[in-house]
Amino acid sequence: MMLEINGIRKAFGKKEILKGIDLQVEKGDVVAILGPSGSGKTTFLRCLNFLEIADSGTLIFDGEHFDLHAAKRRDVARVRQKTAFVFQNYNLFLNKTVLQNVTLGLTSGGKMKKAEAREIAVRALERVGMGDRLDSYPNQLSGGQQQRVAIARGLASDPEIIYFDEPTSALDPELIGEVLGVMRQLAQEGMTMLVVTHEMDFARTVSNKVVFMEDGVIVETGSSREFFERPKTARSKEFIRSILEKSESPMERRTPLSKISKIEPETLN
Amino acid sequence: MSEKIWSILIEALPKMLEYGLKVTIPLTLLSFSFALILSVLVALIQYANVPVLKQLCRVYIWVVRGTPLLVQLFLVFYGLPKIGILLPAYPTAVLVFGFNEGAYMAESLRGALEAVPKGQLEAGLCVRMSYIKIMWHIVLPQAFRTAFPALSNSLISMVKGTSLAATITVTEMFRQAQVINARVYQPLALYTECALIYLAFCSVLTVLQHLIEKRLNRYGGVKS
Ligand SMILES: Nc1ncnc2c1ncn2[C@@H]1O[C@H](COP(=O)(O)OP(=O)(O)OP(=O)(O)O)[C@@H](O)[C@H]1O
Ligand SMILES: [Mg+2]
Repeated sequence: MMLEINGIRKAFGKKEILKGIDLQVEKGDVVAILGPSGSGKTTFLRCLNFLEIADSGTLIFDGEHFDLHAAKRRDVARVRQKTAFVFQNYNLFLNKTVLQNVTLGLTSGGKMKKAEAREIAVRALERVGMGDRLDSYPNQLSGGQQQRVAIARGLASDPEIIYFDEPTSALDPELIGEVLGVMRQLAQEGMTMLVVTHEMDFARTVSNKVVFMEDGVIVETGSSREFFERPKTARSKEFIRSILEKSESPMERRTPLSKISKIEPETLN
Repeated sequence: MSEKIWSILIEALPKMLEYGLKVTIPLTLLSFSFALILSVLVALIQYANVPVLKQLCRVYIWVVRGTPLLVQLFLVFYGLPKIGILLPAYPTAVLVFGFNEGAYMAESLRGALEAVPKGQLEAGLCVRMSYIKIMWHIVLPQAFRTAFPALSNSLISMVKGTSLAATITVTEMFRQAQVINARVYQPLALYTECALIYLAFCSVLTVLQHLIEKRLNRYGGVKS
């Protein structure tokens, strides 16, 4: 087991947001985290990376134990070294070029030499199809391009797992495909990923596991095939139905994944 | 205007300019550098919510912004010696101008820091940058960009503000105009001339401001 998450609890003020989350992730897993708005999905991911300090909970990462509530500074650094985080709204460094966005973490966070960092950054950017925009600033890019740069920034530090928090939710519908395409490619290359998403096509066809969260607890977890074909709980059945209804209405129609797989990241832009 | 006034003005010009370039400008630059360093520290302390220091900063800004610059100058130069703190005129001016404008600049910078999207700080943490490095490489540069017009304003207002140093015996450009006037008594002509030199200095700064703003705009462009 690569990652074992046990008993994460987190309250904001009096309001309990996470009520004891357990999850196990194996190397190469692509876990889709589904659930209605406000169920605590974002908070859960943020706790895993110490962007939020959990009230309690532990993490076993490749056999190393970490306390999510009382971690030391070097434990935090250790966990962050093994992980990457992709935000809903990209969070690129707006005063830095595409290339600098990726190298900065390597040279300043990871103490790498400039030339080496550049080489690694270029390779990461090529992987997401952004190799030809090295000198652009984030504001000169579309949302989809910015998110791909953000993914490259995460990839560059060679993480063991990438956390995605609704990576396509801020994007215009026509830009969703290029980001999902990159994520699908990463999945095929064996990257371990934890993905909070509302993209049912992605959850169904790319992820191999699904976690359904509601009100701060995991209601159901299973293989994605099982989850969509034979949901175990009434709540997940209802959730799947409501999502499918939404995506069937023409206004809400998103890029079908069949289209996504045809996009070669290198030929984007 | 008579020939005589013209010759007085022509004679006065190099004398005023000399003090403008040798005293007014350096006094401004020194005071402004001091104000800049001070304001960055004060703004960062508030942004990072450092206990105790943060409260101190608020008191500093409250007091400085709530009292007249001229009174501050007199207090330090004429008042403090009564309790044994005796500073020469020029350092007093640098200190008071710096502390005074620093308070306003700190407020501009604090607002600009708050305006930098917080997500970039979190993204920096995720790639293991230290808080200080994130501030230095990402947050501060963007805050400076935002605060740049306000900071330019402060610099320009300081150029003119240094004329108050005349009241605590610093012979800068305006004091020099007064000295010449005491000899020839042409207040209208001489003070107009003095004003025009200030205007010229400030115009140069305004042009520089626009040039720099254009350069800074390179990453603030619209989506393409
Ligand atoms: N920093 C915070 N302070 C107070 N309350 C918070 C904070 N962050 C999140 N919450 C609350 O916690 C609850 C869960 O939020 P969270 O963002 O984890 O949900 P989510 O499942 O990601 O929802 P969505 O699908 O809308 O993104 C929400 O009610 C939210 O208002
Ligand atoms: Mg969320």
